[in-house]
Amino acid sequence: MAKKNTYNSVAVRATAADRVFNICVTIFMVLLLIILIIPIWSTIALSFRPPAYIGSYLEGMFLAPWKWSAGAYRALLGNQGFLNSFWNSIKIMSMGVIVALFLTIPMAYALSAKGVPGKKWITIFVMIPYVFNVGVVPTYLLISKLGLTNHLPSVFMPVALSTYNMIIMRQFFEGIPNDLRESAFIDGCNDLQIMFKIILPLSKAIIMTIGLYYAVAFWNDYMRSLLYLQKSSLKPLPLLLRDILIGTSMNDNLEANAFGTAPIEAIKAASVFISAIPMIIAYPFIQKYFTKGTLAGSVKG
Amino acid sequence: MQRMISSRNYQLVADMDRLKSQIKSCDERLSDAVKQNDQAEADRLKQKKVDIVAQLKAKKSEYRKAESRALRAEINRHKYIYMMLLIPVVYYFIFRYIPLWNAQIAFRDFISLKRTGITGGKWVGLQNFKTFIGSYYFWSLIRNTLMYSFGKLIVSLPLSILLAIAIYECTHKALRKVVQTLSYLPHFLSWVIMYGILLSLLSPSEGIINDIIKLFGGTPKGFLTNTTAFPIIVILSDAWKEIGWSAIIFIAALMGIDGSLFEAAIVEGANSWQRVKYITLPSIKPVIVIVLLMKIGTILDAGFNQLYMLYSPAVYSVGDIIDTWVYRGTIEGKFSLATAAGIFKGVIGMTLLYVSNWASRKFTENSLF
Repeated sequence: MAKKNTYNSVAVRATAADRVFNICVTIFMVLLLIILIIPIWSTIALSFRPPAYIGSYLEGMFLAPWKWSAGAYRALLGNQGFLNSFWNSIKIMSMGVIVALFLTIPMAYALSAKGVPGKKWITIFVMIPYVFNVGVVPTYLLISKLGLTNHLPSVFMPVALSTYNMIIMRQFFEGIPNDLRESAFIDGCNDLQIMFKIILPLSKAIIMTIGLYYAVAFWNDYMRSLLYLQKSSLKPLPLLLRDILIGTSMNDNLEANAFGTAPIEAIKAASVFISAIPMIIAYPFIQKYFTKGTLAGSVKG
Repeated sequence: MQRMISSRNYQLVADMDRLKSQIKSCDERLSDAVKQNDQAEADRLKQKKVDIVAQLKAKKSEYRKAESRALRAEINRHKYIYMMLLIPVVYYFIFRYIPLWNAQIAFRDFISLKRTGITGGKWVGLQNFKTFIGSYYFWSLIRNTLMYSFGKLIVSLPLSILLAIAIYECTHKALRKVVQTLSYLPHFLSWVIMYGILLSLLSPSEGIINDIIKLFGGTPKGFLTNTTAFPIIVILSDAWKEIGWSAIIFIAALMGIDGSLFEAAIVEGANSWQRVKYITLPSIKPVIVIVLLMKIGTILDAGFNQLYMLYSPAVYSVGDIIDTWVYRGTIEGKFSLATAAGIFKGVIGMTLLYVSNWASRKFTENSLF
């Protein structure tokens, strides 16, 4: 059977070169698939390793699923310290996203509005610190001075209004025809009403995208948590995960034999997997929106 | 819209232009009269000019008043915009400008917030910068930083272009969807999680790679503590994590190619390889240039989170970059020195960003700002 080409208006028999091309593309894709799957699969298989398993890690990858044991997950989810860290991370992420959107949306909208006197100066005011980065110490001193050290907001406050995200959102808002705003003006709406009733309902994609960007950044944060949260009861998941992975200095809340009989490798892999779960759950939503949201913002047609 | 036009004061501007041209013609006639020694006409014209100048002055002040009235009206019309900006501007002031102010400790002998405060330490000029640049670790920090950022660029950029083209050209719909989905996913995982995944692959006691090496009779290696293997692991793991995400922008560019180009090429008898070479690649060339220039602008960001997670004292000689060094300096309390290093990086970064933006505007008529 002759292979039809993908371009619908012209149907030409594939030549030998075309077939070689298609085979090469397929081989490349399959290879890539294998390279992408192996590390993920090995972690998942490791996390379900049964307690008395003897055998190499390579063999462990091909262990039949009915021999798996969920012992590591039971041990982790029954551990107070682990749950506490998970809860800390959830708190940082949800508070952070709310604060971040509360700061980012009005600024993006205000800077997208046309004909506002002084807008140029505000843009310059915003761009100076964005372009001139002085590193981590000056912010560290600010957080200490504000007394935010050992409070969860210290993790998200320094990055709660990301200039980059704000610019992406502003570009999206600028794409909405200005006539909408002007006609609403004439009908007697003010900017607050315009933002809530007209602009935001049209911008669900970009708000979801930016919100998820913030969520991912706060959930994955490591550097700021390590700098600002010294109390072990405040440790978010990434810090605890690092402790578990290194395995030397256990967190105060996690005693050496806190996990019962589950093998320590399985505990490590399972905690990796649990840390990734919120991202894996959020991922389909991110995928649905980011093509619409980001690309509309970053690649201007 | 009505208000915006009236606020421009077109009538006043037209009046002023008319008065200015009257003054000009007055001057010409005056010089003619002076040449012909017509004293009476000259006096009359002088008087007329004074009148017109006075009129123009009145119009000008009226215009200025109208302009400021219009500005006030515009500001009033947008008062909710300013209200919306209030909290974000305060935020910027606190979380962006106070750190800029704090950065002065790079030029001071800062000890601690309690003992000296930000402004308490005495000025030492560029001493901290000299200490940083003159130290024995400086060149190794620069070398490592550039090695990782260029290494990642050289490995990841071609791979992500290749991936984008493969996804675009793949004829198996299911395979394309699965690869696309899986290749984006790692971008959203943190480097702690990546570290865990890498351990399950690479660790000498528990890694799969070492199991394979043992299978073939080799001796297991500690990849993350080996100075030769470490940079390769860093660059490859970054590629594994990020190429899918970097490919998105190329896929978007590919989607924008006019399909009739391909149809014409097929009719002309071009095969798939030729289509990629003569249509696909030239079409996404501007995007490649932009991405390249953007990377050049951030070339000193070699991946703090990754290196901080993967390195250990055993591989500091090849794993320490400017950012990780600054971070350790902060934890150890070497605030002034760490700030100086941060500013050093910031200034170079700003210059590179400016240059790459300029180059991007020049070569692609498309700039980042």
